[in-house]
Amino acid sequence: MDKYEIRIMVLTGITLAIFMVAILRSSFTYATGIPECIPYDESFTQPRIEKLDDKLYQIFALAQMWSFEPSEIRLPVGAEVDIYLTSKDVVHGLNIHDVSLNMMAVPGGINKETVTFKKPGVYKIVCHEYCGSGHQHMMGEIIVNYPNN
Amino acid sequence: MMKINLRKSEKRLSLLLLSVPLILLTLGIYHGLMQTLYRSGMISQTSFAALEYYQGLTLHGVINALVLTIFFAVAFGHICMSYYTGIKMHMTTAWISAVMMVVGTIMTIATILAGESSVLYTFYAPMKAHPLFYVGNALLIAGSWVAFFGWVGIYRKWRREHKGERTPLAVVATMVNFTMWFVCSIPVAYSTLVLLLPWSMGITATVNIPLTRTLFWFFGHALVYFFLLPVYLMYYVMLPTLAGGKLYSDNAGKLVFFLFLVFSIPVGTHHQFAEPAITQGVKYFQSLLTYGVALPSFITAFTIAASLEYAAWKRGDKRKNWFSWMAKLPYFEKDRYLFSYLICGLIIFIFGGITGIINASYSLNSLVHNTAFLPGHFHMTVAGPTFLGIIGMSLYLLERISGKEVRLKRITNAIPYLWTIGMFIFSTGLMVGGLRGEPRRTNMGISYMDPDSPLYRPDWVWTTGTTVIGGVILFAAAGLFFIVLLDLLFAKKTKESYISFPTYRTYHQEKVIPFLNSFKPWLVIMFLLILVAYVPAIFNVMKYTGKEAPPYAPQNPIPLELHKQDVGEVDEGETLNLNQDE
Repeated sequence: MDKYEIRIMVLTGITLAIFMVAILRSSFTYATGIPECIPYDESFTQPRIEKLDDKLYQIFALAQMWSFEPSEIRLPVGAEVDIYLTSKDVVHGLNIHDVSLNMMAVPGGINKETVTFKKPGVYKIVCHEYCGSGHQHMMGEIIVNYPNN
Repeated sequence: MMKINLRKSEKRLSLLLLSVPLILLTLGIYHGLMQTLYRSGMISQTSFAALEYYQGLTLHGVINALVLTIFFAVAFGHICMSYYTGIKMHMTTAWISAVMMVVGTIMTIATILAGESSVLYTFYAPMKAHPLFYVGNALLIAGSWVAFFGWVGIYRKWRREHKGERTPLAVVATMVNFTMWFVCSIPVAYSTLVLLLPWSMGITATVNIPLTRTLFWFFGHALVYFFLLPVYLMYYVMLPTLAGGKLYSDNAGKLVFFLFLVFSIPVGTHHQFAEPAITQGVKYFQSLLTYGVALPSFITAFTIAASLEYAAWKRGDKRKNWFSWMAKLPYFEKDRYLFSYLICGLIIFIFGGITGIINASYSLNSLVHNTAFLPGHFHMTVAGPTFLGIIGMSLYLLERISGKEVRLKRITNAIPYLWTIGMFIFSTGLMVGGLRGEPRRTNMGISYMDPDSPLYRPDWVWTTGTTVIGGVILFAAAGLFFIVLLDLLFAKKTKESYISFPTYRTYHQEKVIPFLNSFKPWLVIMFLLILVAYVPAIFNVMKYTGKEAPPYAPQNPIPLELHKQDVGEVDEGETLNLNQDE
């Protein structure tokens, strides 16, 4: 190896180290995680919303060909929501772009993610995994009202 | 320049392997353009000209990403192994492999065209394809193994006869690529033949979905390197000489290929960050390993840039500053069109590589996972360097095997530049759209892009419009390529038929380093890393999956078996309603 090659290796090492530190920092300091996996239980396949207190909610979401259940969810501003997601039939996706919520609904597996809705508005849910001929029609929304609903 | 003459049987084999995917490519490219039209809402219907959107999307993926790449890798591998070792092709294995691949491809494509396998090229269960779709895919992949088994014999023979000598870089590259390919495709062959095939035939009732997905991605990420490495071989072994220079370092090249062998496979779960049944720890670990794969690409960026800079100096670059060499390369020399195909691929790949690092970055992936950003990224890898390298080299080889010469030289030389412009416009549209939440693999024309639909998203209008502009340019470039190819077919034979590649030279006189001249240490590291990365992943999907799934047809929310058994009992009204929604 000549000196240029050694320099480029060092530079590469530094670049990759910066990326890795950025990942570690984003997950530990800012707690921007990815979905957790939860042991399977039949109760997760019953779509429902549970209110734990003023701000804390649990949504048990079920994706199916070709809709999300519950399809319309109303929450107060600032609601902190645990979303549990699974699929009734084939593989689906659940993407709420405005809060970077991005999960897959896979039959037989339970996915969990926590998200806070800080601003009022209508958050559209998009299915982003091909799930059959009606894929593009899957619809769902979360309506975050001010101050309560 | 060294020349080898191919025997008649070798010529026939090479022509078959090179032309089958190019013929199918017309279909694959056609539906590439059609998708941009569907997605932008210019076509607002479920099918067009007897081809349904998802059926066409399946064709686009299977032909462009599997058939074209596997056929080319095998054809190019046969020629490289025999050219660089001087040992004739092993015809028995070569023909068995070719027949398996052709038969497999016909099966797969036929079931897609029949509308029985609209499951996309990732064939995610529990969406069920026709059993022959799985058999066909397995035959295509296993066929490529058989070719590789023949090369193992050639490699060992060469090593016996040349003890202590430096193995040619092209041979190392080909063997690395197919070793990795063989290892990574065993689980997916198991998944298709043992899990999915009996399930699709109704012999087994259900299948473990997270398991099939994990086995698929064990293969799926290595697959993209399998696309790329034949083109990397061209970058290392041919591009420096084409540019008028020498390769900066042979040992660096070998290190790069061996690093790909080690790191390509144990990173697959970075495609599954958003999925259940795999714990965060496993995903985290593989995300970090993914940076290991970035390492050989960084080394390549340096080595190839240094080689090209040296070439520019030889060509009279006087200023010798950081950027002056870029202006001195043979971009528009009509007798050296292969250079323009390779350099355009490299330029596109800079952006393909960087966006890949974004996708692999654990939490950052949440922003882009399964959005249009993803196809934006991978079109700059597989439809950038891979595609341009494949069509450029196919043309180069067809010229030499047939003894003919391309007549439309200026057009041939312009195609990759046109393609590059189209690709940048197209990918920008997709990636910006992805950052705004556009889903990938979706017929958006009948919902999100339809102003009358409750799902209408006006903020995606100009991004999808941009992909149409890019798509049209790409389609035009591909069209020109087919014109050049047809013209070559009708040209007269002017030369004798032989294979020759640009002479391989290196800038540094390097010593033979034993661990860069042997597969053994790298194979050991490879298996250890795979065990560490994948044993916990497989353990996870077995433990966390609570229920297996029966097969479904893409058109119907009721499981297939249930649908067949109690046609009378199933709520027909509900089924009909759902179908009317389309």
